[in-house]
Amino acid sequence: MNIARRSFLAFLIGGAAGTALSPLPWKLTDDLSIWTQTWPWTPVPPDGEYSYVNSVCTLCPGGCGITVRKVDNRAVKIEGMAGHPVNDGGICILGASGLQLLYGPRRVKAPMRRVGERGEGKWETISWDEAIAAAAEKLEGIRSAGNPQGVACMVGDRYGTVPSLFERFMTAYGSPNFMSDAAIEDSYRITLNLMHGKNAIPGFDAGNADFVVSFGSGVIEGWGSPVRMFLAHGKWKDENKTLVQVEPRLSNTAAKADKWVAVQPGTEAVLALSMAYVIIKENLYDKSFVAENAAAFEDWRDDEGKTYPGFKTFVLNGFSPADASKVTGVDPSLIVSLARSFAGAEKPLALCGRGKGNTPGSLHEFMAVHALNGLVGAINRPGGVWAIDVPDYVTWPKPGLDEAARAGLEKPRVDGADGGAYPYTESIISGFADGVNSGSAGYGVEALLVSGANPLYTLRDAQAVRKAFDSIGFVVSFSSYMDETAAQADLILPNHTYLERRQDVPAPFGLNMPVIGMSRPVVPPQFDTRQVGDSLMGIARKMGGSVGDAFGWESYEACLKETMGAAWETLEKDGILVKADYAPEGWGEAFNTPSKKFQFFTGAYRHGENKDLMSQMKIEGEAADFPLILIPYDSMRLASGPVADTPFMAKTIEEDVLIHDDVYVQVNPATAASLNLREGKVAELTTPVGKARVRVHLSEGIGEGVIALPTGLGHWANSKYIAGKGVNVNRLMSPVADPVSGLDAAWGIRAKLARA
Amino acid sequence: MKKAQEHTAPKKYGMVIDLDKCTGCGACMAACMAENNVPFREDETDKNLSITWLRVYKLTNGKKFPNADVCYLPRPCMHCEGHHGHSPCVSVCPATATDYSYDTGIVSQIYTRCFGCRYCMAACPYHVRYFNWWDPVWPEGMEKMLSPNVSVRTRGVVEKCSFCFHRYQIAMEKVRYEGRAELAEDEYQTACTQACPANAITFGDLNNHDHAVYKLKTHPDAFRLLERLGTNPKVYYISSREWVRRQGDNYLENEGKVVAKAH
Repeated sequence: MNIARRSFLAFLIGGAAGTALSPLPWKLTDDLSIWTQTWPWTPVPPDGEYSYVNSVCTLCPGGCGITVRKVDNRAVKIEGMAGHPVNDGGICILGASGLQLLYGPRRVKAPMRRVGERGEGKWETISWDEAIAAAAEKLEGIRSAGNPQGVACMVGDRYGTVPSLFERFMTAYGSPNFMSDAAIEDSYRITLNLMHGKNAIPGFDAGNADFVVSFGSGVIEGWGSPVRMFLAHGKWKDENKTLVQVEPRLSNTAAKADKWVAVQPGTEAVLALSMAYVIIKENLYDKSFVAENAAAFEDWRDDEGKTYPGFKTFVLNGFSPADASKVTGVDPSLIVSLARSFAGAEKPLALCGRGKGNTPGSLHEFMAVHALNGLVGAINRPGGVWAIDVPDYVTWPKPGLDEAARAGLEKPRVDGADGGAYPYTESIISGFADGVNSGSAGYGVEALLVSGANPLYTLRDAQAVRKAFDSIGFVVSFSSYMDETAAQADLILPNHTYLERRQDVPAPFGLNMPVIGMSRPVVPPQFDTRQVGDSLMGIARKMGGSVGDAFGWESYEACLKETMGAAWETLEKDGILVKADYAPEGWGEAFNTPSKKFQFFTGAYRHGENKDLMSQMKIEGEAADFPLILIPYDSMRLASGPVADTPFMAKTIEEDVLIHDDVYVQVNPATAASLNLREGKVAELTTPVGKARVRVHLSEGIGEGVIALPTGLGHWANSKYIAGKGVNVNRLMSPVADPVSGLDAAWGIRAKLARA
Repeated sequence: MKKAQEHTAPKKYGMVIDLDKCTGCGACMAACMAENNVPFREDETDKNLSITWLRVYKLTNGKKFPNADVCYLPRPCMHCEGHHGHSPCVSVCPATATDYSYDTGIVSQIYTRCFGCRYCMAACPYHVRYFNWWDPVWPEGMEKMLSPNVSVRTRGVVEKCSFCFHRYQIAMEKVRYEGRAELAEDEYQTACTQACPANAITFGDLNNHDHAVYKLKTHPDAFRLLERLGTNPKVYYISSREWVRRQGDNYLENEGKVVAKAH
């Protein structure tokens, strides 16, 4: 057959036209679109009966009330609980996405024992009996070998029944090495101890303040109870109140503040004391408070008759705005006007603790800022700082101790938080790694129990922490999730998540009234997990003897019920116990110091003798080798505590924070130009303790010579939605022990940046 | 016909967002994702592909340290009314997958009608629309948190903010069941409004004198995005900062001070 070119083309064109005119292509397109929308693997969420369960969120120390929407037995959404005293219906990004932790891919589904190398990720699932027996046997072995002090324990929160059970276990077992995660709350507690003479936690009546000076506190970035601070911030805007943010970097708080005071990093205390200078010099302080309720304002004498300069002398001798300006970089006239506005306000309030408050910070700084509050009388009054008694409802009789326990408890602590060097500090989690690695306590650490904490991620100088972990023979994790610490453990006894367990949630941080919350099971346990209190009691009972005897309760819930006593019913019904008519103690009764007054100075912290106060708290590294200063910064969208970002949160990480797996370091354009770095360029960031690959982001929100990295990135265990992205800034930083508290006070580290 | 059945005056649901209060915390974004079964992928750093019905933008004033300033701007769907319901996306949709409701003022998106031509995405000046380039995948077990109130989307369709229309439907069912004529202001609120810990978002009927948004939209500092395009959006913003208001539209440098006008 001979097909002519002409007839072939005619056939093609005719065919095409015919097909186009027929319904065929349209039908096919339609079918295709229908077919591609009915993939059988697209889930169709089943409908069912709707219900709501109220509980308390425990993902941070904020203690917000939550209402969980359920469809049959599935929890489908977490919302803020309306009318709750902490958050009144609001919720933060982590709380709102909490179901992604409950139903997340990194849950530990049953007790597991490591079978491969540490961190290799090879596990065998074992029964609860086996798991409890394995832990008990190992701990019993260490104890009978005469080294009970060689077992250490780290918990997340300090108060409540679960941390108290761990503390009790350590006491009965015979180890002094009980530690809790440290934060600004610890520094505030020591501040109140020294200046008020009270064992108290701070409450901030922030919503009622009218002139707030925040020394680096991330008021809208997770400081305190985050949602409560958001609400206070909104109230300030509505009522035209003033927020002044003192911070080296343009944080969100600084951007939202009425005035951003860009201070040299680490010199916030100097600025606070210089404000005090102006207030004292110009006679603007609260005369009645200072004269009648405060001590050591004027020169004072200690018990031995030695005279010390009072706060007034100390401040007037060294903190004139002109002098302070040289250190802080803040214009003297601004310091003067700031001080005048602060003292002139009706309800001024000064806050401190950087960012979210995850690093305890320098005690000197806390006391300087608290002294500012004292000067204007913003103590235990509306709009001020209130000293709230620490939760004291756990009133169990002391456990009986056998010979081994008594001997163990006599031994020095590994973290250095002993009577001698740091008499005001209960535990120093940041000092643990050093203690283990140097063997300073005189004995080895053989086992470590970790509950509610993720030290391998959150502790600074990660290499040292890792080294310490590697030297500890037996690590038990009670984590619900496969976090960094659980991944390095030998045995995991998974806890229920906060949505599956009943537990008391005492004292939301920063709330100015005593509150106890109660989280309750919103859904039944999804996996073969167990409330950590029951796991711990199981281990103790298995060990028997005086350790077992210390835990006479039938179960954790029985213990909780007995501990709560009369409050149990209210907690069961409302999920919260509030002292609604709570009022702070008046100035006459509020102080329990030796003078029964507010102590501007105390013998414990003789500011006048410390010659370095005008300089900043020293951070690691020398300027010659590391010309830049690296500071970490916090963001609500990046969870930086023991729990990592959820997939929803990871979606909201901004484009100037993360690109694919690279984190952006914020650099001032002038600094970048001097280093020959441009926007988006890959660079190597080096500090005295580590180096990392980063990308450069030019930012006018940061001064020359200072660079900033976000916290909360650089997870390596955890789900693929957050692991492997960016750099863990804790790996690049090194803790600096505060001279009085021993707690980590590092606000940054020396660094250098070079083209990669 | 429909109106006669419902016996209610037409509503015009809208939002007023106070940018002075917005902290950029992102709670609204997470609440929106959880409410509306929004999918997620391993790498979400390419924001053009990252499905966020409500996206919080970061604005900067372009000044040098220490005069730099930042403001966050949450951007849901603007639910443009255009002129008599001719919103940009509705006008171009060949499948009637997106429509303007005269009863509520809400611009709908019906996934089963959408065949993914993405004309609407090109037409929308606010980039509120996102295309599902991939099938959504939930890690094993996480499909348990999917809400039955909102259809799970598939590959090949466009999605966007619906002002939580399912919440309106649920609230209206209750109203009808109880034989009432009107929905109270607090009976229908979007997930982002409810979640906002800063109380920066106010939602309600812009036509209703008793709703908070009615008064707020006439705030002297209120403005809308790209006002001059004539899209007639129903999301208003309030900012006391002039540089923020200026970024709300494409103003020329010599255009003088941007004064928000009462609407």
